[in-house]
Amino acid sequence: MAGRLSTVGLRITHAIPVILGVVVVSFLLTRALPGDPAVYFAGAAADEQSIAEIRTALGLDKPLMEQFLIYAGDVITGNLGNSLSTGQPVLQDLANRLPASLELTLTALLLSCGIAIPLGVLAATRPGSAVDHLCRVLVTAGVSLPTFFTGVVLIYVFYYLLGIAPSPLGRLDFIYIEPDRVTGFYLIDAAIAGDWETWTGALKQLVLPATTLALFTLAPLARMTRAAMLSALSSDYIRTARAAGLTEDKVLFTYAFRNALLPVITTLGMVFSFTLGANVLVEKVFAWPGIGSYAVEALVVSDYAAVQGFVLAMALLFVALNLVIDLTYTLIDPRIGFETK
Amino acid sequence: MSDLAASTPKTDGALAHVVYVLRSNPVTLLAFSMFAVLLVAAILGPVLVPYDPLASNAALALQPPSFDHWFGTDNLGRDVFSRVIVAARLDLAISVAAVALSFLIGSVLGSIAGYWGGWLDAVLNRLFDTIMAFPLFVLAMGIVAALGNTVENIVYATAVINIPFYARLVRAEVNIRRDSGFAQAAKLAGNSDVRVLALHIFPNALPPMMVQVSLNLGWAILNAAGLSFIGLGVRPPTAEWGIMVAEGANFIVSGEWWLAIFPGFALMFAVFTFNLLGDGLRDIVDPRQRS
Repeated sequence: MAGRLSTVGLRITHAIPVILGVVVVSFLLTRALPGDPAVYFAGAAADEQSIAEIRTALGLDKPLMEQFLIYAGDVITGNLGNSLSTGQPVLQDLANRLPASLELTLTALLLSCGIAIPLGVLAATRPGSAVDHLCRVLVTAGVSLPTFFTGVVLIYVFYYLLGIAPSPLGRLDFIYIEPDRVTGFYLIDAAIAGDWETWTGALKQLVLPATTLALFTLAPLARMTRAAMLSALSSDYIRTARAAGLTEDKVLFTYAFRNALLPVITTLGMVFSFTLGANVLVEKVFAWPGIGSYAVEALVVSDYAAVQGFVLAMALLFVALNLVIDLTYTLIDPRIGFETK
Repeated sequence: MSDLAASTPKTDGALAHVVYVLRSNPVTLLAFSMFAVLLVAAILGPVLVPYDPLASNAALALQPPSFDHWFGTDNLGRDVFSRVIVAARLDLAISVAAVALSFLIGSVLGSIAGYWGGWLDAVLNRLFDTIMAFPLFVLAMGIVAALGNTVENIVYATAVINIPFYARLVRAEVNIRRDSGFAQAAKLAGNSDVRVLALHIFPNALPPMMVQVSLNLGWAILNAAGLSFIGLGVRPPTAEWGIMVAEGANFIVSGEWWLAIFPGFALMFAVFTFNLLGDGLRDIVDPRQRS
């Protein structure tokens, strides 16, 4: 157990230089603004003196190292500056909008795991069957799908042609009242409030964007599950298990599947990175009020503090997520962790 | 493309192998022909198209596909077919330029890290880790936002987020050959480190690199189109697939599907081509990885 704990501790310390690197990069991005940031923030009507004042106020006259330390201090205390367009602190804006993005991303990932993993397992256990071919087609077509385009096609088919989907504008139709904010996840909040009408309304809005994202992540997951399952099934321990007369279910699920799950979890981490990026596009297509569309709106009006805050927040979220995935990995597979550098 | 794969040591055998793979795998052949279509559209596109992609005609706005306008017309009466074909050049140019840049920089950095190792290796690895710690599309957004909203910066941003993939690949390939017999022989014959690295060791990394390039091109196109979809880089009225889908998306809720669907299909066609091509090249270069 002590060994396990030190492995976990070691993995957490490994994340520190990465976080430091992320902060350095995002600092460089804020300082790489086109032209002189002081001139930019002073506005069009500024004269020499007011530019100099702004420069002092922003700390741009200090040496770069000192500027970085100030920036790092701000990041640690959660001060990401104020958004020009909303006038609110960026951190608060992000915190307000994060649940919308997370609700969308997590639903999409659940959906795609729910389809991709059984599909991959079925394809691997029945090579050459119809399921296997379906899996192959999905995998090849899926990686070529531009997310934003899938979203547009789904809107056309399900909103315009079939008329089953609600209009693709945000998280809830205006006829419903927002549930009281507990977690910020509408599905959970509405369920807590016992308001099933709103719950259905929120679910309806969620289905199309979540499907769009899920289609995008389906391919890598199904591909990895199939490959991992195939290699697990052809291994010696499965042959031994079969020879020992274990039931097919036991062989498949206890031995093959558990071992195949490890590379799938690693892929899930990678997929999450893509999903966080694709989220921005899907949120724009469906006017979803998450942090992705916040960043897009900020980009349009050159609201740099908001964009940089968003980039930093996404990176930190991703680092944290990878950490969690690695830790889960150590916990479910006892073989890992003894050869950490 | 096939020349590159054929330039592996035994030219005759490799060429025969390429022919064999193409014959036994019609999908790869299909990929090569799709690639040819893309190339023709990119090189000859502006000459081939029936209409000026920028000429608007308010009288013919939002016409559905017809014999005169195969893909219909957009809200300004521009011919969607002409715009889709002409856009191929810009989309391919952006992704080829970005991939070429990351290939070049990634190769140099990866070779340095793999050959000399030590603190250089450690620093470069840390750098790549940091880049990979960002969700890549989000990092590209941040870079474009910071450097300024131009097409060149889209290229730079796409290049930066791809560099780690190339650098790591080259590093691994160079590292395993650093002390191999032929490298030592070349050094003993009086070649400098740089010369051994560039002419004797690095060429061995090229076959897997070509596979990476092909797969990466598709991804780079998606990335660039995604950036212009959210309003970065390419500006209207320039014809570009991402921006055309973005503009068409406004009309999809009222049923004018052809504005967004055709450029979207063009985009999918391009990405699909490069993915198929990458898989096919991998079969030629490294048959063991075939799934």
